Amino acid sequence: MVNPVTHNLKKYFRGEINYTTCPGCGNGIVAQAILWAIDDSGIDFDNYAFVSGIGCSGWIPSPAFNTDVLHVTHGRAIAFATGLKLAAPNMKIIVTAGDGDTSAIGGNHFIHACRRNIDLTMICVNNQIYGMTGGQIAPTTPYLSKTTTTPYGSVERPFDLSKIAIAAGATFVARWTTFQARQLRKTIAKAILHPGFSFVEIISQCPVQYGKVLKKRNDAVAMLMDYKERSINLKKARELQKSELKDKIIVGEFVEERNVPELTQEINRLREEALQKCQR
Amino acid sequence: MIHIDKDTCKGCGICIAVCPKSVLEFSKELNQKGVNYPEVVNEKKCILCENCMIYCPDFAVVVKKDGKK
Repeated sequence: MVNPVTHNLKKYFRGEINYTTCPGCGNGIVAQAILWAIDDSGIDFDNYAFVSGIGCSGWIPSPAFNTDVLHVTHGRAIAFATGLKLAAPNMKIIVTAGDGDTSAIGGNHFIHACRRNIDLTMICVNNQIYGMTGGQIAPTTPYLSKTTTTPYGSVERPFDLSKIAIAAGATFVARWTTFQARQLRKTIAKAILHPGFSFVEIISQCPVQYGKVLKKRNDAVAMLMDYKERSINLKKARELQKSELKDKIIVGEFVEERNVPELTQEINRLREEALQKCQR
Repeated sequence: MIHIDKDTCKGCGICIAVCPKSVLEFSKELNQKGVNYPEVVNEKKCILCENCMIYCPDFAVVVKKDGKK
């Protein structure tokens, strides 16, 4: 071929597109959804900044995306992003974190960012296991899963991250699986424009580590089809009994609240009031 | 037109599974990484839904409508 065809999203990358994830990993689908949403938003890519923590999901923006990317310490992605947002309030800041970053080591940062309602977009790639370190149990691993650290089955109940976000006061909460990539793209576009803390949870496949638990090792297709069957929309789920929703993944946009005080605006207001008092 | 960058592909097979018209199939040859990559077999059946592009985790599939960029 004389002119090799380039991907429509190639312009957002630093050099060649080269993801080092395992075959069939959901990270690439999430990365594509984020970039398509940014493409749809019409905002210049230089106005975005990405903050990512440690874990497989940390490698979605870093070092691939051709804009400001901070790859920070484990669990502290939101803490760094809060500082960045307060220093540069006009920037659109997207945090990509995994379930370990969000619920285990960074649990407190997460709930306090929800409570403060700071204008960040948080994208949590929930693969329900610690994938990078070898398949240990995570706070989101389902009940009775046999992982490397729970060979007889986990007896702990998992976290429902979206419910935590709603309870902690996040003003935009949504959950999709990687099978709903088109809906995910629209939701991320909405979340970027939402004034306040927006939390998008994505149930993503980990064919290598979590596939082993489900006895579908290295079979990303089977895991995706499993999500297709198990996911149920919020509107439908409301009509069903609790027993019918066992093993189902409720997907959809749970909360969208506006007119809630936002942290950077509040701090600006406070600063102006203090300045006026000084001048008097 | 479906363009597949066969050396970027890791052979997960998601594009083949999500195609509603069975346009793609695994190749018989191996690529640089030693996996079977998808090949376009029924291009006429393609409805340009872009599923294969959207679901590809490695950005290896590009769908472009002819006549446009």
